[in-house]
Amino acid sequence: MAKFIIRRLIGAVFVMLGVSFVVFFLLFLKGDPASALLAQDATKEQVDQLRRDLGFNDPIPVQYGRFVSKAITGDLGTSLFEGRPTTEVVLERLPATLQLAVAAFLVSLLIAFPIGILSAARRNSFIDYFGRILALIGQSVPVFWLGILMILVFAVNLNWLPTSGYGEWKHLVMPAIALGLFTTARTTRLVRSTMLEVLSQEYIRTARAKGLTQLTLLRRHALKNALIPIVTVLGLDFATLLGGAVITETIFAWPGIGQLAIQSISRKDYPVVQGVVLIIAFGYVMINLLVDLLYAYLNPRIRYD
Amino acid sequence: MSITEQNSALAKANDRLTAELDAPVPVRRKRWLRRLVRNPTALVGVIILGLVVLLALSAPFIWPEPNKQSLVNARKPPGTPGHFLGTDDLGRDMLARMAHGAQVPLLVSLAAVFISGAIGVVLGLLSGYFGGFLDDFIGWLANVQLAFPFILLSIAVVAVVGKGTGTLIALIGVTSWVVYSRVVRGETLALRNKEFIESARAIGVPTSGILLRHILPNVVTSLTVIATFEVARIIILESALSFLSLGVDDNTPSWGEMLARGKQQISVAWWMPTFPGIAIMLTVLAINLVGDWLREEFDPRLQV
Repeated sequence: MAKFIIRRLIGAVFVMLGVSFVVFFLLFLKGDPASALLAQDATKEQVDQLRRDLGFNDPIPVQYGRFVSKAITGDLGTSLFEGRPTTEVVLERLPATLQLAVAAFLVSLLIAFPIGILSAARRNSFIDYFGRILALIGQSVPVFWLGILMILVFAVNLNWLPTSGYGEWKHLVMPAIALGLFTTARTTRLVRSTMLEVLSQEYIRTARAKGLTQLTLLRRHALKNALIPIVTVLGLDFATLLGGAVITETIFAWPGIGQLAIQSISRKDYPVVQGVVLIIAFGYVMINLLVDLLYAYLNPRIRYD
Repeated sequence: MSITEQNSALAKANDRLTAELDAPVPVRRKRWLRRLVRNPTALVGVIILGLVVLLALSAPFIWPEPNKQSLVNARKPPGTPGHFLGTDDLGRDMLARMAHGAQVPLLVSLAAVFISGAIGVVLGLLSGYFGGFLDDFIGWLANVQLAFPFILLSIAVVAVVGKGTGTLIALIGVTSWVVYSRVVRGETLALRNKEFIESARAIGVPTSGILLRHILPNVVTSLTVIATFEVARIIILESALSFLSLGVDDNTPSWGEMLARGKQQISVAWWMPTFPGIAIMLTVLAINLVGDWLREEFDPRLQV
């Protein structure tokens, strides 16, 4: 087990190195990073000044080494727009994004589990068809459009909820649902197919023969075993939600890191864009690692080599 | 039976076989069409998709000027004479812009699918056939790729190089290869020690020939199914990026850009954000229906 954990940790470190490599080199896509950072009408003196300040005159491997060694200590440079450390600017916005992602995650689970389990338990029933149609539509509707439609109906026409903003629970309702539906279709299908697989096993037949009620059977015997593969995908779902939050935050003016990233483009604040991408990618790699470990822990049959 | 009789009997049998082999085989296509007609959901998908493509292609001829403004006609509701789906806040015809707006998602998704498919196939073939370090390296590349939420990566790229249709195609094309490479790798692994591959190797077929002529044809059906679902996914991606104004140039009509504009007018012109969204949804739904059907027909075990 220890060997497995170490192997996965090393793997995660290598992936993060790759991620930092990409994020670093994105700045060189257009050739000169200094002019990419400044407005188009910047004078040559300004460009030269920035080039000196940010060390763009050094050889590229030296720059990359500096970027990584600083990033490890949490130093992602200075925001060009706010003049404060990038890490500070990004971390300030992180709680709002996490709050939204967690709420959306709950919405997704609350829909996906009941529908998925019922569809599997009563295969080809009304609820099964309903679930399948829902999943098909969920796959096809762009989430940002759903958000807009919700604003149109619940905020503009019915006036039940505020169109956008941050603070009260009322502000959280629509963004959480809009974002949550992003992963609901996939999760529902997964819960259904995993439950179907578990329900076809021999020991379920034994349990049924023993005279257990359908509910006990589902809860104590089927769901427990179905959870193992589901948990791994749920971890990735949460990571997807973190990324998907960008669009939802823009629609509902939610002050998270997604909105920050979009704002930073028009401000030409590249260090902040870099910081957001790095931090989200880091979160994704960490969640992936945890899921791997959790999976190994939950499923004793997995081999650690 | 004498040997000559035997020979002539053999020759006759041979002739019959050749004749059978030479006979035209139109049966397959017919069956394929008939199956499609029998599957109502797939048929609906094909019809919707056909209409969208037709609309996109004919748009320049029916509505030569989708950006023609007319402030007197601003925000006319749907059903106004001459403006079936109404007009936007600059008095531009919604239907005309939506027809033109179909071009961007179709162009971007098809082009990006070809690029990402080509990258994924090459990496998947190499990974599965050679294994070892190359396989580890490509696996690492895939993990790095998957660690980036796509929208955030696009924000970072657009922040540096600016937006535009070309950027969009390159960006989506270069970042969507993992799904192909995983499937191709798996199938290549399963095929590489099969007898027909070994015989090909034994008679001296070069590695490139083995990969492209003997392994690749076996994964084409899986690839077709994946590519179909990818087109649907990329259409949503493109509209999301255009919605965030990270997509096409400002003057090119696209469904995502129309949605973003419509959101600003949401309290006074409900049709502005509603219709482009319906267009995206119907198109993606149609492609998913066709994809489901293709999967059932050709590759029922494939998980996408």
